[in-house]
Amino acid sequence: MQLTLWTYEGPPHVGAMRIADSMRGVHLVLHAPQGDTYADLLFTMIDRQDRRPPVSYTTFQARDLGGDTANLVTRAVTDALERFQPQVILVGESCTAELIQDQPGSLAQGMRLPVPVVPLELPAYSKKENWGASETFYQLARTLLADRIPPPGTPRPGREGARRPRANLLGPTALAFRCRDDVTEIGILLEKMGVDVNVVAPLGASPDDIRRLPEADFNIDLYPEVSRTLATWLERQFGMPRTKVIPMGVGATRDFIAEVAGLAGLDPAVALAGELPGQASRSSSASRAPWYSRSVDSTYLTGKRVFIFADAAHAIAAARIAAEEMGFTVVGLGTFDRAFARDVREAAAKYGVEALISDDYLEVEKAIAAASPELVLGTQMERHIAKRLGIACAVISSPIHVQDVPARYSPVFGFEGANVLFDAWVHPLMMGLEEHLLQMFREDFEFHDGAAASHLPAASPAAPRPAAAVAPAPPAQAAPAPEAAVPANEPGDPQWTPDGEKELGKIPFFVRGKARRNTERFALERGIRRITVETLYDAKAHFSR
Amino acid sequence: MNDLSTPRAVEPAAGRIEPIVLRERGQREVFCGLTGIVWLHRKMQDAFFLVVGSRTCAHLIQSAAGVMIFAEPRFATAILTDRDLAGLADAGDELDRICVTLLERRPDIATLFLVGSCPSEVIKLDLAKAAERLNARLFPRVRVHNYSGSGIETTFTQGEDNALRALVPTMPATDERQLLVVGCVADVVEDQLVRIFADLGIGPVRFLPARRARDLPPVGPGTLLLLAQPFNGETARALVARGARILQAPYPFGAEGTTAWLRAAADAWGVDTERFDAVTAPGIARARASLERARERLSGKRVFLMPDSQLEIPLARFLHRELGMSVIEVGTPYLDRQMVAAELPLLPPEATLSEGQHLERQLDRVRAAKPDLTVCGLGLANPLEAEGLTTKWSIELVFTPIHGYEQAGDLGGIFARPVERRERLKP
Repeated sequence: MQLTLWTYEGPPHVGAMRIADSMRGVHLVLHAPQGDTYADLLFTMIDRQDRRPPVSYTTFQARDLGGDTANLVTRAVTDALERFQPQVILVGESCTAELIQDQPGSLAQGMRLPVPVVPLELPAYSKKENWGASETFYQLARTLLADRIPPPGTPRPGREGARRPRANLLGPTALAFRCRDDVTEIGILLEKMGVDVNVVAPLGASPDDIRRLPEADFNIDLYPEVSRTLATWLERQFGMPRTKVIPMGVGATRDFIAEVAGLAGLDPAVALAGELPGQASRSSSASRAPWYSRSVDSTYLTGKRVFIFADAAHAIAAARIAAEEMGFTVVGLGTFDRAFARDVREAAAKYGVEALISDDYLEVEKAIAAASPELVLGTQMERHIAKRLGIACAVISSPIHVQDVPARYSPVFGFEGANVLFDAWVHPLMMGLEEHLLQMFREDFEFHDGAAASHLPAASPAAPRPAAAVAPAPPAQAAPAPEAAVPANEPGDPQWTPDGEKELGKIPFFVRGKARRNTERFALERGIRRITVETLYDAKAHFSR
Repeated sequence: MNDLSTPRAVEPAAGRIEPIVLRERGQREVFCGLTGIVWLHRKMQDAFFLVVGSRTCAHLIQSAAGVMIFAEPRFATAILTDRDLAGLADAGDELDRICVTLLERRPDIATLFLVGSCPSEVIKLDLAKAAERLNARLFPRVRVHNYSGSGIETTFTQGEDNALRALVPTMPATDERQLLVVGCVADVVEDQLVRIFADLGIGPVRFLPARRARDLPPVGPGTLLLLAQPFNGETARALVARGARILQAPYPFGAEGTTAWLRAAADAWGVDTERFDAVTAPGIARARASLERARERLSGKRVFLMPDSQLEIPLARFLHRELGMSVIEVGTPYLDRQMVAAELPLLPPEATLSEGQHLERQLDRVRAAKPDLTVCGLGLANPLEAEGLTTKWSIELVFTPIHGYEQAGDLGGIFARPVERRERLKP
């Protein structure tokens, strides 16, 4: 048994639902008890979908057990076929049905239906949502392409005539982060390069579109969590190469263009014309982000400590942007998806941090509190952690909530995506000029601790405390949470003298937490029991070396 | 509209016939009983709920709770893994280990509920035995209870019924004459009711559950039960088995429902009409005034209630009698006649009463009827809006204080707002 408060991923059948929901002409029959229909609301509420997910549930009850639960499956399949007239039926089961072993997939296959049936094995007690999505996408494509696999060793046909190169965009699904707009953005990018999009799948694809996948020259493995398995299979069976770069951030987008040009047989220099790495002007890139990042207002972004925890693809890409394009310091990098742990570990090594591979929310919270970042880039879960710790946060990956599906066009991939990310990450921080003014006028009554950035709502990042508090509060205790589990000071920890505490109060609030922690660590390491003004400045000198 | 000037005007229409019940079986778009944890843990502030189940259970609760309202909630899931199913790990040992870890983290917890789920029921994990074993080890610091919230046995609000019923055997015995209000109500509502009962001279008044699960009210032959929620049938019957008696009444929704509900207690305590009227008149006046806006908006409109929380029957009565709506269909996950004995005669005779659900057929009826307002679950609301129907998602009705006089206006507002919104937005 595994103790879980919050879960990053749902069970694997929710992954299967994401595939079915993303497509047209596909219906999923789930052998599941009452209650499992809760998953419908993820799609209708978080994603604001205006139709029900194409899923039927058998809704078996305790009194059916030992009776004929299998009959419920065949009835549900028959009803779904008649009512929804899908071109393909997926048949799976949720955790409870797995235990009663009705084999709904085989049952449906034995019904001699007029449409293809894809039986899904979704081991609920060992696998999770992303795996379920990836497996369902793969099994669906495998079934639909079974009769099109060329014999081994067949050379891949060359591009006929003057036809433009064609690519498939693989992996975007419902409930994933910004897929809707990323697909558009990458489509625009490919169009500019002279590459046609053959099929986008699963998002918006029909079974016939899946059958057309091999007509492309190569695959863009855009969301490897969902599409890596299928892209690898297409590479093996159909000789279709696949991309490896996730086009998130200006540098990665440029790399992606070069990679796509290579696969499409185009000249990368042509495709990248107008991209002038390292140049500081508005016209040095199709994205404004490089110039914005070099403009002097951004000076204050330098070295901001950022903690990144997300799905692997977004986390790795975000770390690169943070380090190379924003000038942040990556103080933490991790993922909840063990399937991609190796990739994340490799990336983390580049930034000199140890990767955090965990789906334990409390462990992530502890790691964030310990790293004391100034910005957290994460999921809906990290949004809550950051809120509780009083740290700025931007969401960069699913699991998401309704506010992460904005009405406006807001991709995170490609050049426009880089603009969106610049804004999204800088917004929760203090604007450069404002931070500068706060430093200059910090004794001014309007620039007290509680004065938050003028563009943010009234909540201050740190709870105001009297400057000469008698007993120091634990470092990370910002937003008071009734059920907080923030580690408190141990009895043997160094104590602040009133003078030391008063001096600490003169340090601008947005760096005060760091100053407090550094000073306490400095004192602890040297066995200093009373933190005076001297200790504070000794520590400051020590850490600024 | 019925004359509400006398609180006794809740007599059923003469010679009315029981509505025909349409029983259906098929796909249900209803939560399972685990969902109740979301409000149960807010009500009982010393209680922790540990679901023994799957990742689906954990995902369900956090999705129903709107994902992550609380940093460290007082509920969690012990997720069964392959090792547990293969018998490689002893379920008892695993559960003990998890409970001890959990209680070490949270010394403020005095009551622990082990909550069964579909998978734990199917593999026949004996949580009663586990609770007994843990009690031997942890009591009196922590009292451990167990109940089932599984979807194969319970719908949505039955989870609360099962949780409260699990408390009944440990309630102390008493012969004292007392009023026991059964069912979770918001603290603010509880305080209002306490004041009204005090003014009526009814007492002592106790609540199940209490704000601290540990403070279990006593029960016995002198106990009279006033049910605040229509879904606690098993709890009520368990209390009756311990000597308590149920005061039959409509549920305290709206001015009429609240008055009739209070009157059931007042009659049992022999409160005279004059005093009753004097105490309730200000509340009735405020409730009626606060319902006026919703009434203007909804009167004459047609409503369809899909099955969800078991509140459908009392709410249909309220919408019909106090807001002047006509009721097309009232769906209820199951029909517990004893619990709604005082409500059924107050439903309009033209309303269809349906029990259980065949989702697709019911949606066909919704589309054919084109109601002015459809009360349904979150999974259906946006799709139906997109089809041009106005909806009210029903989970709000269990998360919002809606009982009593002072909340009557809020309750009306819940139904009026979607209709008002559609009228405001220009095509």
